[in-house]
Amino acid sequence: MSEAIIKVKNVTTQFGKKVVHDDISIEIKEGEVYGILGGSGSGKTTILREIIMLQKFKSGSIEVLGKQIGDMSHDEIVELKKNWSVLFQFGALYSSLNVIENVSIPLIEYTNLPKELIEEIALSKLKMSGLKKEATYLFPSELSGGMKKRAALARALALDPKILFLDEPTSGLDPVGAENFDRLIRELASLLKLTVVIVTHDLHTIEHVLDRFCIIFEKKILFEGTLEEAKKFEHYAIREFLKLERE
Amino acid sequence: MSSFEIVQEDKTQCSIKINNNLDKQSIKPIYSKVKRIKSKKFPLVKIDCSSMTDLDYAGALLLADLCASFSKDMSSVVLTGMNPHFQSLLFFARKNLRQKSQIKLVKENFLLSPVIKAGKYIVDSIEAFIFFLSFLGESTFQLFRVLAKPWKFRYKATAVHIEKSGAQALPIVALTSFLVGLVIAYQGAEQLAKFGANIFIVDMVSISMFRELAPLIAAIVIAGRSASSYTAEIGTMKITEEIDAMRSMGFDPIVFLVLPRVFALLIAMPLIVFFADIIGVFGGMIVAKTSLGISYTEFIIRARDVVEVKHILIGLFKAPFFGLLIATIGCFRGFQVTGSTESIGHYTTISVVNAIFWVIACNALISVVLTEIGI
Repeated sequence: MSEAIIKVKNVTTQFGKKVVHDDISIEIKEGEVYGILGGSGSGKTTILREIIMLQKFKSGSIEVLGKQIGDMSHDEIVELKKNWSVLFQFGALYSSLNVIENVSIPLIEYTNLPKELIEEIALSKLKMSGLKKEATYLFPSELSGGMKKRAALARALALDPKILFLDEPTSGLDPVGAENFDRLIRELASLLKLTVVIVTHDLHTIEHVLDRFCIIFEKKILFEGTLEEAKKFEHYAIREFLKLERE
Repeated sequence: MSSFEIVQEDKTQCSIKINNNLDKQSIKPIYSKVKRIKSKKFPLVKIDCSSMTDLDYAGALLLADLCASFSKDMSSVVLTGMNPHFQSLLFFARKNLRQKSQIKLVKENFLLSPVIKAGKYIVDSIEAFIFFLSFLGESTFQLFRVLAKPWKFRYKATAVHIEKSGAQALPIVALTSFLVGLVIAYQGAEQLAKFGANIFIVDMVSISMFRELAPLIAAIVIAGRSASSYTAEIGTMKITEEIDAMRSMGFDPIVFLVLPRVFALLIAMPLIVFFADIIGVFGGMIVAKTSLGISYTEFIIRARDVVEVKHILIGLFKAPFFGLLIATIGCFRGFQVTGSTESIGHYTTISVVNAIFWVIACNALISVVLTEIGI
């Protein structure tokens, strides 16, 4: 497989006296759909936040697209950030902007495309993420949780990022919606050559979307690899987590 | 070499060649050309993509839109030289094409829009007023219920709010009333000195401070501090559904949130005003001594002789009304918050403006009434 695009090396995270991660290392390769799995409170989202520079870590290093995080000038940081986008768990749409403005804003800020085309791209991304066209001009406060998530996905896709980070993308969606979401992510990953990093504990996503994943257990990386490999791995936490016992 | 090259254009056909990249960076210079071609009709359109080196989603969408503008089913468009990846991207873009014209947009009539806005404003105001009445009614009802069962009253929460809105406000109240006392005395001192009526500084500072200024300054500071925080606290709780959670458990938000705040300010306001009285007059005393040569002892003796106790009492009498107004407005605006985080900011602003206005209006009303009945 291809080069590693994100390298997390020996990262330790500590909040006050509480150790969240103890010396963890993962590698995410270009073009793969990678999952970060773990129980509630295991620090899945914390790793994601460390990679996208929203959170500081105590020791270790993180490299994204060949750049060392924490060792960059302001301009380099802005340049690097254009390469990724994030779908937050509850959408995090800008409440003062309506849906289409939310999707357009990265395009307006970072490209010189004509206004009409920006509008067209935004509409298309909204259709792609499965938001009904009636919702185009609504404000975030008028949307349901699932609709917010779809609009937020459209915003995350607006700039065709190289890396797409998804924080529990299917939570709060109905099962059919969640399955469609999974399918969409796979389709996008292959068509737009995306690298996708998903924080999840949705079994359907794990089975049908992820190429590889890691499981965080008791502050450490317990496992990293494919589902096939995980099934062979004898550890009660993994079996429990992937509900293998039931099969 | 332009990335969008028109090779041939006549009545029978249009042939286009795409060179190099077709992506976000390269679209801007060619867009007007694309638009011009789009607006025309051709029986046959040939698009040669053999020398296209890169295509991103924006480019694919541009192509898809161009094709769609010639014919819905691609029958008159011939695409050549596409590699499989570009082809699937174009197909994906075509699948996700959404025309703006398909979306019905309710357009406001330009001429009628002021009328519509005014109407909306009136309806909103009436609704807010009705909501205020029902809020007031519910609060009164809950108040009587709590009075009947005093052990249900939230004493601890009330004490917390007395500390937060009262005790913690003392430093800023002290500073403002001190400065106002200082300034009043300073400006008055010059005028009085002209007449040699130095000693009247005592009457002027004490009466104006006790009767009008200290209560008003204290109330304005508290309105700015507490009306805003009450609205923001309750508004946030509404957005995070905490209020709904309370209701679902049978905890009445009025009893839990509103009454403790209202009683806290009802109790704290007179105390704050009394505190402001002392500090304000002290500010005046310092100026009296430094610029008019009236010693502290002289000031105090003169004050005891000429300033009636009723002035202090009138000031203190107003304080609970101010407290009631501030807390009620703060809580009410908090309950009006709906939906987005933006609305918290909106109602917090309204809350402070309302609270300050009603404090001043109430002060004027009480002044008029007291003067009319001769106190």
